[in-house]
Amino acid sequence: MKKLSGKDLKLKANDIRRDIIKMLVEAKSGHSAGPLDMADIFAALYFNVMNVHPEDPKWEGRDYPVLSCGHICPVLYAAMGEAGYFPKEELLTLRKFGTRLHGHPHNLALPGIETSSGPLAQGSSQAVGIALGLKMDKKPNYVYLVVSDGEQQEGQTWEAVMMAGKNHLDNLIAVMDRNRIQIDGNTEDIMPLDDVKAKYESFNWHVIEIDGNNMDAVLKAYETAKTVKGKPIMIIANTLAGKGVSFMEGDYKWHGMPPNKEQGEKALGELVAEREKI
Amino acid sequence: MIKLNPKIGQSDIEQEPTRKGYGLGVVDLGDADKNVVVLTADLAESTMVHEFQKKFPERFVECGVAEQNMMGAAAGLALYGKTAFVSSYAVFSPGRSWDQMRVSVCYSEANVKVAGAHTGVTVGPDGATHQALEDVAIMRVLPNLVVEVPCDSIEARKTVVALGKMKGPAYFRLGRSKTAVITTSETPFAVGKAEIFRDGSDVAIIASGPVLYNGLLAAIELEKEGISVMVVNNHTIKPIDSATIIEAAKKCGAVVTLEEHQTQAGCGSAVCEVLAMNYPVPVEMVGMPNTFGESGEPEQLIQKYGMGKDHIMEAVKKVLQRKK
Repeated sequence: MKKLSGKDLKLKANDIRRDIIKMLVEAKSGHSAGPLDMADIFAALYFNVMNVHPEDPKWEGRDYPVLSCGHICPVLYAAMGEAGYFPKEELLTLRKFGTRLHGHPHNLALPGIETSSGPLAQGSSQAVGIALGLKMDKKPNYVYLVVSDGEQQEGQTWEAVMMAGKNHLDNLIAVMDRNRIQIDGNTEDIMPLDDVKAKYESFNWHVIEIDGNNMDAVLKAYETAKTVKGKPIMIIANTLAGKGVSFMEGDYKWHGMPPNKEQGEKALGELVAEREKI
Repeated sequence: MIKLNPKIGQSDIEQEPTRKGYGLGVVDLGDADKNVVVLTADLAESTMVHEFQKKFPERFVECGVAEQNMMGAAAGLALYGKTAFVSSYAVFSPGRSWDQMRVSVCYSEANVKVAGAHTGVTVGPDGATHQALEDVAIMRVLPNLVVEVPCDSIEARKTVVALGKMKGPAYFRLGRSKTAVITTSETPFAVGKAEIFRDGSDVAIIASGPVLYNGLLAAIELEKEGISVMVVNNHTIKPIDSATIIEAAKKCGAVVTLEEHQTQAGCGSAVCEVLAMNYPVPVEMVGMPNTFGESGEPEQLIQKYGMGKDHIMEAVKKVLQRKK
């Protein structure tokens, strides 16, 4: 697959954001804020960072994407649809009867989905397992884990973090969607996480902190991550919840709510205007 | 008739814990297949996977006391291509890792085999917290899962090897204390196939696990009283061998279920589901009577909670009276 960079990658992130809005309006349920604020990172992963062949999803040399916070799957599906894993029209089947795009991702439903997720923190352990298996077989493939900040509240997250640090899994590159919101409110009100950078460092991880909505910073972080030896890598991506849609930005109420038709049109208008500026 | 240990009923019958069969079976598999990996949560020796650890250190994964992560990591290893054995006490795994087993393993059809050791009151002195009496219930409800309860160490070894060669999720139940070696290397074994260990015509005891031995002792004793008792080894709880269970019910017309597990939702309940839908006959259930265990010696606890030979004989007589 042809790698994108610079302006093309930013345009792709905009495509993904517009896909997400259309999917959610059509589905009439689902999560808005996380998928929108992770569009830059998913564009980077699928169109620049990861070694994948959408036309041959089981290719042995592939990198392994693992989405732990399964509820932000609209961004995963949109990126996969854009990358050519399946026909883009299928994006509008999200959450509907008979779909392959379930409300939370299922590895057996859709080629290219490596794991099933939904109950938070399970992806971190799955990713550790895949990375360990690759190490046992001395394979060069990477595991690209995506976690939310809210799921850092799960004990299992830290069990996995401990094990990755112990095993020096430098083939595991994680990114945290640090959008500071969760269903019931702001993360620091629900259950404070900071200093999350220090927490990961104390478990023997290499931590990179960036603005997760700055494409250049995202690419540079992944580039740096691939040079790290002997430690798993966590990229703390500070994102603006609902990025790109003014009335969603920074508001936790949009964590688990879809836009209605009118809101969707307004959002698409804003995203089209944004596109002109790229 | 099936060949069993000729010493059944004798006081000098060999005694071994079923977990020993796991330790041996997983080494058999490790020799034959380099994709077999073993994980444990700080219980290598008590789950008897330390021999595998010694022989294949590069394929042994120590997870520390973190069962949820162990289950998820096993799923990751399996989805990558390994056959992953997860080893802990059943109260911890799948007790604490049920959600991970449900989504990361069963829903995902990951090739993970879960060993639940230290089940039943025969765990003994460690007491109620460590005596898994609900594991079969929480396992057999999960789709895509095979559930096995071997009756002795030899059958446990065969179980482990058979499950290791099959693709897909499985759970198998193990005991801590030494129990009678009921079978021999020649006793037939296949996942999904119940075996008639003793033929009879008045009542069928349908049992799983080492407590099956008490069922055999009861059958021997009852024969002296003129009661002919069939004993079925129903080691596969899921997918259950309906045909053999129905056949036993048709021949005997009354059933006693026997297990070292809560009588609710375990092997006995699975048997009752088959009978209720296909061939209803009177049933008495012998097992843990909806209570927690306590500290004590295995035999003392078996007696207190009603899973000894005499209790089984009583149950057989009771169900005989209900038989029309």
